[in-house]
This record gives sequence, C-alpha cells and structure tokens, in this order.
Amino acid sequence: MTPRRPGRPDRTDRTDPPGRSRSSGRSGLPAWAFAPAALGAVFVVLPLVAVVARVDWPSFASLVTSQASLAALRLSLLTASASTALCLLLGVPLALVLARCSFPGLRLLRSLVLVPLVLPPVVGGIALLYTFGRQGLLGSSLEVLGLRLAFSTAAVVIAQTFVAMPFLVLSLEGALRARGTRYEQVAATLGAAPSTVLRRVTLPLVLPGLVSGAVLSFARALGEFGATLTFAGSLQGVTRTLPLEVYLQRESDARAAVALSLVLVVVAVVVIVVARGRTTAGDAP
Amino acid sequence: MTASTAGRGLLVRAAVDARGLDAGVRVAPGEVVALLGPNGAGKSTLLAVAAGLLRPDRGRVELDGTVLLRAPAAAAAGEAGAADVPPHRRGTALLAQEPLLFPHLTAAENVAFGVRAAGGGRRAARAAALAWLERAEAAHLADRRPAQLSGGQAQRVAVARALATSPRALLLDEPLAALDVAAAPEVRQLLRRVLATPGSPPTLLVTHDPLDALALADRAVVLEAGRVVEEGPVREVLASPRSAFAARLAGLDLVGGTAEPGGLRTADGSLLAGVLDPACAPGAPAVAVFSPAAVAVHREPPAAGRSSPRVALPVVVAAVEPRGPLVRVRAEAPARGGPALAADVTAASAADLELVPGARVWFAVKAAEVAVHPARRPTGA
Repeated sequence: MTPRRPGRPDRTDRTDPPGRSRSSGRSGLPAWAFAPAALGAVFVVLPLVAVVARVDWPSFASLVTSQASLAALRLSLLTASASTALCLLLGVPLALVLARCSFPGLRLLRSLVLVPLVLPPVVGGIALLYTFGRQGLLGSSLEVLGLRLAFSTAAVVIAQTFVAMPFLVLSLEGALRARGTRYEQVAATLGAAPSTVLRRVTLPLVLPGLVSGAVLSFARALGEFGATLTFAGSLQGVTRTLPLEVYLQRESDARAAVALSLVLVVVAVVVIVVARGRTTAGDAP
Repeated sequence: MTASTAGRGLLVRAAVDARGLDAGVRVAPGEVVALLGPNGAGKSTLLAVAAGLLRPDRGRVELDGTVLLRAPAAAAAGEAGAADVPPHRRGTALLAQEPLLFPHLTAAENVAFGVRAAGGGRRAARAAALAWLERAEAAHLADRRPAQLSGGQAQRVAVARALATSPRALLLDEPLAALDVAAAPEVRQLLRRVLATPGSPPTLLVTHDPLDALALADRAVVLEAGRVVEEGPVREVLASPRSAFAARLAGLDLVGGTAEPGGLRTADGSLLAGVLDPACAPGAPAVAVFSPAAVAVHREPPAAGRSSPRVALPVVVAAVEPRGPLVRVRAEAPARGGPALAADVTAASAADLELVPGARVWFAVKAAEVAVHPARRPTGA
C-alpha cells in the first residue's frame, strides 16, 4: 500500500529472462552456417573498403569541390530534400489510409503502391516519361498550362519521389499497424476530434517509424539514377545529380568518380546509423 | 432541452450478431451499474457500443435524452437528429483495464489532454490537470512519464484523465483487473470516492469481482451469452443469485450494516465481529462477507470464545440442497429483517443436526473469516 513504489516492477520481471538468455546462451545455429555468413558479410563490406582504398587523398578536397562536383552535390541535396518533403506530404496520408481503413481493393492498392520498390528504375523513368512527358498521359494538359516537366529539375524530384515513396509508406504503415488503435480510441473518448488525435497521438506515437521512413526515402532519392536519367536527362546544374556525375566522371576522370563515390558512401552510412538508431530506440518503450 | 427524468441518464441497447449480443442496460443519473458475467458474455462490447467505438447491427444509445446512436439508420427515418454521434462528441469517458496513458506525454499532459481537446488553453488545461491529479492523490507524479509509473499509479492518473473531461457518462471496463493486490485497493478507494461525489455521471462498471460490485455499484446486471439473465440491487444479486454465473461468482453470505471498529453493526443493533477493510470508515455503510463453507451449524448457542472469537447468528432453516459431497443449508434471520444466509455442511452432519425447513439453529463463523467491506448504499436501501 505504499503509494510511491520505484520503477515498473512488472515490466522488468517480464523482459528480464529472455534478455539474459540471449546475451549468454548458445545461438543454436549449425556450425556450417558461420562460413557462408562470414562470406556474405565480406561480400558486402569488401567493395566499400575497395572504394576507400582507391581514394586519391591528396587531391580529394579539390576533386570534391570542383565546379561540376559542387553543382551535382547541390542539386542532389536540393532535389532529395524536395522529394522527401513530397514523400511525406503524399506518403503519410497514404500510409494512414492503408493502415487504418478497410475497403474493397485495399489489398490491390497496397501492392500497387509498392511496385516502384521492385520495378527497374529505368522502367519507372519510361513510365514517368509517358505520364508527364510531352507525348504523355498528362503531358499535353500540362503543356496547355505552360508546364514542361520532362528534362527539368522538377522531373528529377518527380523521379526521386516515385522510387522513394514506397520506403516511407512501407515503414510508416508497419509502425501504424504495430501501434494499433487503442490509444487513438482512448483519445477519441476523451473528446479529441480526428485531426487532434492524428496530430497529438497517432503521429507522435509512430514518430520513430516516420523518421526512419523519411531517412530511407531521402537516401533512396539521393541515390536515384535510372529513372532520373531516363525521365530528366543529364544537364549539368539542372538534372545531373551526384550519381549521374559519378557515372559521367568514371569515363573522363576516375579519381573524381571515386572521390564522389566516397561522399555517397559516407551519406549512406550516416543514413543507416540514423534510421537504425531511431527504430531501435522507438521499439524500446 | 425538455428531457423528462425518464430520459435522463444512460441507455445502451445493442444487438451485435457476430458476437451473439442482444442486451440493454439503463443507468440513472448518479447511479453505478455493475455489469457482471463470464468472459465473452458481451460486457465490453456493450461498453464499446456506448462509447461509439463499435456500431451494433441494431441498437440505441441515449444519454440525458440525447440520442447518440440509432441503428440501423434506416429506422431513423421518422426521427430527427444524427443517427451516430462520433466518440469524441459523446462525452462518454472510457477507463480500461490497462491505463493506456499516452507514452509520449507526462502524467499532467495526459490529464490535460481532454481539457485541451475541448478547447481549453494550455495553462488552464495544466491547472485543471494538476487539480485532478491532486484529487487522485497523484500530484507528485505530474511530471513523470507513464513508463516511470507503477501500475496503480498509472491507473490513478488514468482515472484523473477520464474525469478531467467532465464526462456525461463513465464507462469502466474492469479498471482493477490488471492491478496487483497492493495497487487495486488504492484505485478502488479512489473510484469509490469519485463515484460517491454528488452529481457524478451515470456509470457502467464491468467487473468480475463481487467485492468491486459491492463497493462501487448500486445495481448489478448479469450478462450471460449476450443476454441479460439477472438484474437487481447488487446485494440481492450476489446473496441470492438466480443465474448460474452469479451463483458461481457469488453464493457468498452477506450481512449489511454500518462499519464499526472490530466489525459490523447490523440493522438490529448487534455487533458482527470481523476483519475491517482499511477503506471502511466508522459509521459508514458496510457489508460483512463470508463464505458458506466457513459457517458451522449448531443446534444450541455455541459456547463463546474458546480459541478465537466467533459470531453466532440465530436463524431458521429455509431449504436444504445437496451440492456434491456437501449440503447447502439456506436459512433466514427473520429478526434481522431478512439477510438470507447459507452454510455448507457435510451430509452426515446435516442428518445429525436434523436440518429440515423450519428448524431453528445457530450459524457460527470465526471473526477471522468475516471480511467487512465498504458498501455503496446503506442497508435496506
């Protein structure tokens, strides 16, 4: 009957035993599994080491800060940020509908939304060209409005959003489903209107999933190559993003290509650390 | 609003075919109705319908004369007004087994949530939240996160959060079931205090525990397989159950009176020695509870105080029913104005004692076996 009892005894009681067995127990795996596992890890890590080993350190700074490199870097950061914002604007409501609603055709819609995830990016670029291009489905209507999207910076953003949005939707929908609707129901019985529930309960609760989804989308947008090249082309300062610059430099100046590759590797590592850090921290409570 | 007194309070009637539920409950203003029944009887479903979280196949929810739900909507053709008020406009606060405090907000922010949703300013909401935490004896927890609270503390904060919205009806879904033995009494006492406040909203309480029903509710409604099988004052339902569930749940001996140090003062003025629940205030309505298995039956007044204090009640046998290896002796104490009591004895001793209807005997029970609990309504009410 003491009102102030420390901590949360019931919770620690429940989580302690499995934690202990995981840290000190046997793995239960067959011995032969370790060799291919090690090979797999090396297979992933070795190419990264190779890039770092090939970097021409004395001229690294000048290579990365050349006019073409800086233009590509600036364009990449700008378009990837814009497409991440677009992903959030369209992907968050889409994930909410997919996770919380039920209507005929929902399963089909969910599958279709994830298509860009597995579609070859070049095919995505072709598809976008026949949607927004001059001869495309919407192209002629856009032309009337004076909008020419193909081979512009806007086209880069569209291509990146197309390939990156499934990452956000997938991550957020999973987080929403895992959280369930019980907190939202409580909030409603406390008098909160649906918009208030969304703003003050739903989104804060899935924030880790939202952040990791946004970070993954940003990374995917930053690395976009095939759809961009097909739909937006490769014009310096307008549509030539960092991956396109790397590919182009590979022909003329391999050292610059390696230096820029390292920049992208570093960004990728940072993204993984941020995304993984957020999700594991979010799973804890 | 010209709602008649008949339309005041809460009415929930619902048929949910998928769950085999077809039942209705009416709760008067200020009244607490305990909803008893086995798992799957439809108790929580009825609460979800009242809160607007579940739409029944057919049903009607009314609160203080306002129709909150009329299903199917087609039947509403002749009547004006909305057929399904969304949960956030119903004013029905729901308290579940788990506190479900928003994990990203502090205790005070949780309690302030409903006030802010109703349009209160940040500062006013915080002040209201602190006042409610104070009433829930949780003011010192205001700035803690739910993860830093024990189960009982979190549920007290959840009670404060539900009440801070000034609900027009209170829906309690086994609010004590998930708490450990140390935490449950605190929360039970808090609910008792809150529900005894004049002007408290009509309250539906789902519970498995007969003591919770005794301590918190005025009436009990027993639900079995989706139907109301029994309904009446809590003490009556628990003392002389007519439904199979209530009989299994209860079948307890209950004697009403007022609490007194050392036991219970019955209506006829005699003292029934027992173990007092700490929540009992002297002079407050209380009920003594003991199991029929703890009762010994005597033909003569038993000798007082041999090893431990005993209570002996003179009674008249009303019925003798075989119950497996035992015999249940039902008896009445006419002098007391009616508590029907029961005792379980072996068939052999029932024969020895010549227990037949009309026989005058003494029911004796050890004081240590008698638990005196606070009751919501005075005896005889």
